[in-house]
Amino acid sequence: MIGIVGYGTQIPRYRIKVEEIAKVWGTDAPTYKRGLNLNEKSVPSPDEDCITLSVNAARNAMLRAMIDPADIGAVYVGSESHPYAVKPTGTIVSEALGACPYVHTADFEFACKAGTEAMFVALHLVKSGVVKYALGIGADTSQGAPGDALEYSASAGAAAFVMGAKNVIAELIDTHCFMTDTPDFWRRENAHYPEHGGRFTGEPSYMKHTAGAVNAILEKTKMKPGDLDYMIFHQPNGKFPVQMAFSLGFKEPQFRHGLLTPTLGNTYSGSSPLGLAATLDVAKPNQTILIVSYGSGAGSDAFIFKTTEKLLEIRDKAPLVRKQLDEHLMYLEYGQYAKFRHKILKPE
Amino acid sequence: MEVAKHWRETPERYRLEAGKCSKCNTIVFPQRIICPECGNRKFTTQSLSGKGKLVSFTIIRIAPGGFEDLAPYAVGIVELEEGVNILTQITDCNPEDLKTGDPLVAKFRRINEDGKTGMIYYAYKFVPDAGL
Repeated sequence: MIGIVGYGTQIPRYRIKVEEIAKVWGTDAPTYKRGLNLNEKSVPSPDEDCITLSVNAARNAMLRAMIDPADIGAVYVGSESHPYAVKPTGTIVSEALGACPYVHTADFEFACKAGTEAMFVALHLVKSGVVKYALGIGADTSQGAPGDALEYSASAGAAAFVMGAKNVIAELIDTHCFMTDTPDFWRRENAHYPEHGGRFTGEPSYMKHTAGAVNAILEKTKMKPGDLDYMIFHQPNGKFPVQMAFSLGFKEPQFRHGLLTPTLGNTYSGSSPLGLAATLDVAKPNQTILIVSYGSGAGSDAFIFKTTEKLLEIRDKAPLVRKQLDEHLMYLEYGQYAKFRHKILKPE
Repeated sequence: MEVAKHWRETPERYRLEAGKCSKCNTIVFPQRIICPECGNRKFTTQSLSGKGKLVSFTIIRIAPGGFEDLAPYAVGIVELEEGVNILTQITDCNPEDLKTGDPLVAKFRRINEDGKTGMIYYAYKFVPDAGL
């Protein structure tokens, strides 16, 4: 049996409400809140980035995995906000965990799908027997241009998963991918903010690839939507995943716990992995969980996990997602937010 | 900050690794060559828990270069569970709300950077221990 042996998350404490952003740009907050199914989003502190969120999430995952860091054979970090263009995020994460030097490390990039790419490779490296444990992380301090629709949703957070073959808390049942070349969202080299194809990001992009991955994995495993206890889709906003879930035959109780966007925003590479962590926070043993990411460009990774009795033993060894999401929040005004996100031009 | 100096201090900065005197068990942080209590020169490595209490602090309102975006912020001394005192920045809080005795916990954070094209420096900072 291979699968998840530990998981952990980190979400910044700072938040900004949709009303605060709408006030600055003269837009109608209720329209955005209703249209995006989103009320507020997380904001990283100026001293937080993809690397710090990854390390802190991974440390929480290690609290649950209860393994020697030296036994981690691979560390993979998926993000579209790696702080360096050239210098790995993974080396810093590995060093901070104490996994160096006998560890394989790589940084992944595939828009919002980079986190599940890291998880996919980590799982299959363990499955192949090459490494004892592998860490897959999805983390982002997402970019959204001032005034753009993305500014209301682009947020920050990370989820880390230790994959292994011993003391598994969620067994991997199967994986499947769905990929095409679809240019719906991109960020060019040296560009501060991404650009996107507006409504083109919906039907031919998010919807097509998510549905493609769901249908493929269900066919492969001979399962139906009703056979799954929980499901998580990528959450660019709170509307797309709900629409998608209902159209594919899933019901609200299946995605209720994993749908975090309304109070978290879109954590890009951390999005569906954080939803999975929130679902593991509430799942009982022997329940099945479907997670399907979506990354622009475009593709979806699908996984089905089945929880084990071991989950109950390790769950409370690290903070729950809802605790990080709902407690001790610090709200920002737009001016503070602009400073935190380096949107104010200052003399060098 | 020099790249090589930061790199040499990675065990302390990234993993809170201290030295434990093999003779008198005194814990020193950062690591030293000679034990300040007994003069012994042999140490074993001990990772500190990262949990402690605020002993004293001050609030920085006029920040030095590279820290302007964080002002106002607190810098304080934290006594860890192992008895070691650490000078550290305290983040993720309104510094006006801090009180001596507050429980704090270490988090991995960005400390500074050598301009927009230079190295980014990471290390521990402390935050109020809210179980997050």
